[in-house]
Amino acid sequence: MDTFVQQLINGLNIGAIYALIALGYTMVYGILRLINFAHGDVYMVGAFAGYYIALNLGLSAGPSLFGLFIVLVGSMMIAAIVGMVIERFAYRPVRKYSRMTTLIMAIGVSLLIENLFVARIGAAPRAFPDFLGSQSQQPIQLFGNAAISKAQIIIFMVSIALMLVLQYIVFKTKVGTAMRAVSFNLNSAKLMGINTDAIISLTFAIGSALAAAAGVLTAQYNPNIDPLMGILTGLKAFVAAVLGGIGNIPGAVLGGLLIGAAETLVVGYGAHVGIASTYRDAVAFAILILVLLLRPSGLLGSTVQEKV
Amino acid sequence: MKRTLLALLLITTLFTSLACERRGGTGTSGGGTGTILVGYYGDLSGRTSSFGQSTKNGVEMAADEINKAGGIDGRQIQIITEDDQGEPNKAATVVTKLINQDKVVALLGEVASSNTLAAAPKAQEAKVPMISPSSTNPAVTEIGDYIFRVCFIDPFQGEVMAKFAAQNLKAKRAAILYDFNADYSRGLQQFFKRSFTGLGGEIVSEQSYTQGDRDFSGQLTQIRGANPDVIYVPGYYGEVGVIANQTKQLGIKAPLLGGDGWDAPQLWELGGAALNGDYISNHYSVDDPSPAIQKFVADYKARFKILPDALAALGYDSMKVLADAIRRAGSTENTKLRDAIAQTKNFPGVTGSISLDPARNAVKPAVVLKLQDLKFVYETTIYPEGMTPPTNATSSTTGAPATAASPATSPAAQK
Amino acid sequence: MPTFIKRILALVVAVVVLVALNAYMSRGGLFGFGVPYYYVEIINLTGISIILAVSLNLITGFTGQFSIGHAGFMAVGAYSSVFLTVYYSESAEQWLTGIVGATLAQSLVFLVVILFGALVAAVAGLVVGIPSLRLRGDYLAIVTLGFAEIIRIIILNIDAVGGATGFRGRVPPWDGRLLIPAYANFIWIGGFAIITIVVVHNIVKSDIGRALISIREDELAAEAMGVNTTRYKVLAFVISSAFAGIAGALFGHFRQFLHTNDFQFIRSIEIIIMIVLGGMGSIAGSVLGAIVITILPETLRKLPGDLYSYRLVIYSALLILIMLTRPQGVMGAREFGLSWLKRAQKRPEGDKPIDEKGVPIAQQTTVEKPKEI
Repeated sequence: MDTFVQQLINGLNIGAIYALIALGYTMVYGILRLINFAHGDVYMVGAFAGYYIALNLGLSAGPSLFGLFIVLVGSMMIAAIVGMVIERFAYRPVRKYSRMTTLIMAIGVSLLIENLFVARIGAAPRAFPDFLGSQSQQPIQLFGNAAISKAQIIIFMVSIALMLVLQYIVFKTKVGTAMRAVSFNLNSAKLMGINTDAIISLTFAIGSALAAAAGVLTAQYNPNIDPLMGILTGLKAFVAAVLGGIGNIPGAVLGGLLIGAAETLVVGYGAHVGIASTYRDAVAFAILILVLLLRPSGLLGSTVQEKV
Repeated sequence: MKRTLLALLLITTLFTSLACERRGGTGTSGGGTGTILVGYYGDLSGRTSSFGQSTKNGVEMAADEINKAGGIDGRQIQIITEDDQGEPNKAATVVTKLINQDKVVALLGEVASSNTLAAAPKAQEAKVPMISPSSTNPAVTEIGDYIFRVCFIDPFQGEVMAKFAAQNLKAKRAAILYDFNADYSRGLQQFFKRSFTGLGGEIVSEQSYTQGDRDFSGQLTQIRGANPDVIYVPGYYGEVGVIANQTKQLGIKAPLLGGDGWDAPQLWELGGAALNGDYISNHYSVDDPSPAIQKFVADYKARFKILPDALAALGYDSMKVLADAIRRAGSTENTKLRDAIAQTKNFPGVTGSISLDPARNAVKPAVVLKLQDLKFVYETTIYPEGMTPPTNATSSTTGAPATAASPATSPAAQK
Repeated sequence: MPTFIKRILALVVAVVVLVALNAYMSRGGLFGFGVPYYYVEIINLTGISIILAVSLNLITGFTGQFSIGHAGFMAVGAYSSVFLTVYYSESAEQWLTGIVGATLAQSLVFLVVILFGALVAAVAGLVVGIPSLRLRGDYLAIVTLGFAEIIRIIILNIDAVGGATGFRGRVPPWDGRLLIPAYANFIWIGGFAIITIVVVHNIVKSDIGRALISIREDELAAEAMGVNTTRYKVLAFVISSAFAGIAGALFGHFRQFLHTNDFQFIRSIEIIIMIVLGGMGSIAGSVLGAIVITILPETLRKLPGDLYSYRLVIYSALLILIMLTRPQGVMGAREFGLSWLKRAQKRPEGDKPIDEKGVPIAQQTTVEKPKEI
């Protein structure tokens, strides 16, 4: 039992990270119908931004929550700018073209970011400074063997807080209303006097900032960061967005948590039903195919009629 | 029509630019006299680029030392480096290039066994000797009589850790967490398991991950449930550092045991204090007091500003073994060179005394190091079956002033 | 000259040229003149790239369905065919040798092996295509990507094909060939490259091709016109996968070593760059793209160390630049150099100038169309 609870804690922890990244995917898809392949790389950029901020400010000396806060906010700001730049110079010029063109553009941007990093700093992993002292601290015992570490608690709390802030922005503010209008129908929104370009830019900024937060938080639990870290995590987060219902914000959170839990449970209990733990990375994609077969609109999504 | 011409022009340009390279390559042939061309290939821009880079550093340093000392019979060595991006297909292509375009007399590389396995048949076919510094998969040298290596092989390394766990740590229950995607890791997992169970131990849990994974808590939770005495993690440093961290966060007390894949400066940044009390098997120890090793470590540090890892040391040794063979053969002619490499006996390398067995594998001892306060501390030396440990300290190049039979813990050796 | 004589002539010329070139590139050379082996290797790899690019173009360029898992289908073809060769082909080859002689026996066995690889890859294509092609194009992209990953993980789990060590022959305790035989030479690779081009060209010019292009131009309109879009999409996808399987089979028997690291995501992307560079909807463009993208990295090796490590940056920047300035690729939907092929086609009204595209619709590439909202 305690093993099961532990696996659940682990799963929700990694799921919270997926959820943060999935939010960016789902928001961009909701507005532009674009799978932003570069989003996983923005997550990586966020982690590296945090790494270099910590390095340059000399914050890596010891555990400090204040240091983590500075790094978190700094990297979110940098990633937001990166997201806006990507949107302005790569996606906006090709927005009028077909979906295929934008998709290839997204892949191009993703490759450019990855390869630029690899060429500049190499593909070898780097160690993110440990702000929570998780290398030396003992975890908090729950019951039996089940334990939760400080890093896990903080990752979870910050993720939830960020999701609540997002929910507030989207549903309670004027900007949020505009975002929803643009996502509902871009042309009509434009006719209503909404500056759609600005709203799209803002959407990229918010999504990228959330991804950067995920990058910094996950690095507190797993300090191993490298330029290719965004590929697989990004893809799984995308699957999470599809699972929850693409374009649906609570759906992305739900999808992220479910994918995270499914992965750790496959590692923990897959062997009992004939799935080796080596298939862990295949789980997300298997889920994706199942969702597409059974409920293409996702768990919380509504069926969208293709417009002519 | 203009477009057609443009396209044809482009293709022609590409082909001619290839052809130009040929002329450049054949200018300095590796024949009887003149510069000795040696090809090095490795991953310099892929995921395992830190391995390729370290090895390259070692190879270049050895070549420069030989050249400064007057070369081999007055002939200078020139290393031609090619990047294979860590992909087997590209490894085979670059070796083809090194052999056919650059006309190298011998090849050094690769680190990852899968890349060596892809490239070695090209060397064997062209009858160009190849020395792999650190491909530990047994299949590598089975490819043919021109393929050698200067490192020990997976079965031995797995056995070393199993022996150490069972006999020195008195462990009865072991768990294994290995990198499913790396044949290195799977090789060690397999041979550790065989030896450990052979010594009366029990494998209580076997879990796996793949390179690039970010979270290991699922696997570690299962391992914790099995309550092992030791956890064998034959992976690469990038993941291992994090595994050590997450092990501690889950409150697991059992020490981690590892292999040479742990050896990299980044390990300490990733794992930090969480690594205290763990053990690895390795090719050599930077703490080794022997003057040869200390000189190597000091020179390397002066040149590259970091401590040499085992891959750098093996790269260095592979070049030195090759140079020694060329000197003994008195020629760079392929059959003579091949025979000379095969006859390598008790060559005093940085990573131990190197002798090649009939299967063209190096027979040499392994050291076990303890991880303590961000340092590898020498623990013991374990010799392969049939190899007697040197009886006096002076002849020992592994830095084990051990007189004890294998496996031996000699606390005196710890500094 | 009657058409069929032209065709037979074209075939004979192609075979003679292939055999002569193969001899020229072999170790012995032709009449003492040979090509350095390094070039031979690159030329063969280019041939394999051409098969991959042209076949991907059928589904992505002509049908407008974005697939980013082509390397996965290549892996399926490579591993299944090599598996057959290593474990089951030896006795068949010996038996056939007794009847038709060694060379022909080997060729027959290899042909069967290639077709087996193509078949398995086609089945994989069917399995992936049916669920995802019912849905909108973006999903296909992500499902093909996921599928390629799953394939890689499954192969890593199969010890009979070498698992993580790589596959170079039998794995104990299995009985079979010690090494993968080097069946694939320039005759096979060049021959299959030509076959791929001809087959895809003929499909595109046929009724099926028109249906595929109509799907690319406007799926809803195509459906309204009575085109069974799902059926045609799946068909194109299966054919495309089968050719990827052939490319894999040739690769395996050329390289004599298979490792999953050669079939990663980046390999699929490389094939996409080839067709994007050349121009979606142009077979000649795909061929051009395949040649450039395979040879370019080798020529770039001459760059000084620092610049060389930026070559992948240059690739991706190139991709973005093409999308920004010329989304239809270098060739757009134009064809060239296929006049000899066209002559072999049934063209009652005679040859048209080669710069005239065969398919009128294809000229207006998808990309100029404003985004539907």
